[in-house]
Amino acid sequence: MPTRPETASPAVVETAGLEVHYQLQGGALSRLLGLRSRTVKAVDGVDLQLRRGEVLGVVGESGSGKTTLGRAMLGLAPTTAGSITYHGSDGAAVVSDMKGKALRRLRTDVQMVFQDPGAALNPTMTIEQAVGHPLKIHGLASGEELTRRVHETLEKVGLAPVERFADKYPRDLSGGQKQRAVIARAIVMGPEVLVADEPVSMLDMSVRAKILQLMLDLKDELGLTYVYITHDLASAKYFCDRVAIMYLGRVVEVGPTEEIFANPKHPYTKALLGAIPDVDPERQVARDLPRGEIPDAALPPLGCSFHPRCPVAREECGWESRDLRPLLETHWTHTDGDAADFEAERAVVGDLDSFDTPSSTVTVGRDHEQVSALLDRIRAEDPDEPFWTGVARAEADPSGGTRLTFHEPVDPRLRRSGGVDVACVRYGEDPQ
Amino acid sequence: MSTTTTDRTPDAGAVLDVRDLRVWYGTEKGAVQAVDGVDLELRRGEILGLVGESGCGKSTLGRGLLGLLPDGAARDGSLVFDGKDLLAMSPREAYKRRGKSLGMIFQEPLTRLNPLMRVSEHFEETLRTHERGISKKEVEARSLEALRVMGIPPTRFRAYPHEFSGGMRQRLLIALTLVLRPAFVVADEPTTALDVLVEAQIIRILHDLRSTYDTSMLLITHNLGIIAEACDRVAVMYAGKIVEVGEAREVFSRPQHSYTRELLRSTISLSTTGLNFIEGAPPDLSDPPPGCRFHPRCPDAMTVCGQREPVLRQVRDGGSDAACWHAEVSEGTDAGRALSAEETQPLERKEIDVADEA
Repeated sequence: MPTRPETASPAVVETAGLEVHYQLQGGALSRLLGLRSRTVKAVDGVDLQLRRGEVLGVVGESGSGKTTLGRAMLGLAPTTAGSITYHGSDGAAVVSDMKGKALRRLRTDVQMVFQDPGAALNPTMTIEQAVGHPLKIHGLASGEELTRRVHETLEKVGLAPVERFADKYPRDLSGGQKQRAVIARAIVMGPEVLVADEPVSMLDMSVRAKILQLMLDLKDELGLTYVYITHDLASAKYFCDRVAIMYLGRVVEVGPTEEIFANPKHPYTKALLGAIPDVDPERQVARDLPRGEIPDAALPPLGCSFHPRCPVAREECGWESRDLRPLLETHWTHTDGDAADFEAERAVVGDLDSFDTPSSTVTVGRDHEQVSALLDRIRAEDPDEPFWTGVARAEADPSGGTRLTFHEPVDPRLRRSGGVDVACVRYGEDPQ
Repeated sequence: MSTTTTDRTPDAGAVLDVRDLRVWYGTEKGAVQAVDGVDLELRRGEILGLVGESGCGKSTLGRGLLGLLPDGAARDGSLVFDGKDLLAMSPREAYKRRGKSLGMIFQEPLTRLNPLMRVSEHFEETLRTHERGISKKEVEARSLEALRVMGIPPTRFRAYPHEFSGGMRQRLLIALTLVLRPAFVVADEPTTALDVLVEAQIIRILHDLRSTYDTSMLLITHNLGIIAEACDRVAVMYAGKIVEVGEAREVFSRPQHSYTRELLRSTISLSTTGLNFIEGAPPDLSDPPPGCRFHPRCPDAMTVCGQREPVLRQVRDGGSDAACWHAEVSEGTDAGRALSAEETQPLERKEIDVADEA
């Protein structure tokens, strides 16, 4: 198991209100027509401390912003608000303000291990050239000194005897060997922090444990600090001291690994843990999995981003117009294949696209009585559906349809609860 | 060789009976035998998991069953489906069965769907190709029903593939395969490109399929957890051969073959408390090692393992079938007791370098 650092260890990298927003420009035509450009909030207000000597896991699905967060720590993603501070040997420096020379200096201290070792190595460079390249770029070594340091590093990552691997090209190596070379290249300058983005997910099962073991050994030998970015909770549980769970650009739960796995709090964390297919035949994947998929980061749901999928959402979680579509569509997949019913109900509801603009009030259909009857039928099918807690009022609209008004959304912030920080209205020191 | 490996009586409920299937690829280095003498049977309505490391031949086996191999590949053996040998019939005859009776679910749903065609048109094309003269009304009814079973609402029937999320596209592809009600389906890593939660949704759908369709499935994956979750039986493949096959529960709780045991041990799960791995790398299939192909990496290897090939058979009552000398000896079978003292000596293994790995 990884050695536990003192909880009081000082932070080596710190993010405060970090935001990385990407503008979607759209095509030339949409710009000519003056269509609104959209903003993807890849990272949306993240406060994290990476403590010296620890392994911090950043866990989330694709689209959660975990890779962008990792890249931002190296200055590889543009910070649009907030800051990242690196506490190096010569004092604190703000990564988000760095340019050119300062950034290059930072990279001797903070390095990255990429996911796909096949893509991270230049196919025209031998392993020796690839691993020595950073030293050359930074002018840290040349000639015999360069060769000596490269060979030393190759030995450290287990690519020994060195003569066997030094002159090889990436195509001559297996996946695990390539990943060792990528790790060698990352540690050759003697960095303090490694950001490892899914370092084992492209590898075979039989090699994953070997590469993780190598990373643990290197950590002890070289005194490294890791950010381990992954979608795989099982490896995070073994590998990390602390874990941050990300969802749609936000950290929804962060704390010591043991605490999070023994007592997960956020419904998303619980769902992730319940969904891992396990080799133990006695343990089955949970039946009450969240429906749907991670939403569009350009138009995140109101309130808590997880509420449309959350099995235990409450009235204040941010119910809105867009939640009507999955509600109706689920109902129609349950209707026993009777196309006539579906067509009739669809006519009552009208155009589903009108629900796609986020809003806390929405008018459904043109005939209040028919719409109410339909909504009552849907509600009767599944009375426990959390959606209904969010409906504050359902009344006749002057236009003829039914006007639904939802409760005021609450956007939960990270709050302390039982040893971890969690962003959910159900937890925290000031329950609503 | 296949005759010696069939201690089992042919199952009356077998949908597909595979005997001594071999698949070669021609390469510059010579013939690579990706599948080497595989015997398998798919029972009616079951999901059989096929698991192994990359390069073990599991995808080739899956494609070989359907005849979807690339040019330059050759296959031999027998594939009895519905009383007829698929390998003995004319290509035209075999072609007629593909899609209609033998289906395939691919890994990347987006590349398998035509971006210019609506979902409805995909279904129409599929149904009209395989069931000539089907009425428009029936096309729609059958399509909507298949979509509904996969949890896709009828509102999406006229949508284009790009309007769907990743998980929905995979469900769409499964619906497109199952709408023809094939008797047998190969699913090649159907959830590998998906996120954990979506993967779990798909696994559950596959698991529940048996109650809706009378379809047998070969589920190819490298993820042992998925097998444990979705499959009735599992076959473990190593270097072109099936090394162990049996009830999933049995194989996971009492693995007989050393490779199965080591593979399970090296899998990182939530209950992992220490890291284990298998030394070395799978062999080059153009020049596989003699005897048991796993012997150079096997911690239990004996002298006999490098000399004679073990036979795939049941080594303990109620247990799975395994091709492993170590299992024969430790279970005290006739074949195990027949080995000489010299043959059961632990094998002196060549040093495997740390970096000699997959």
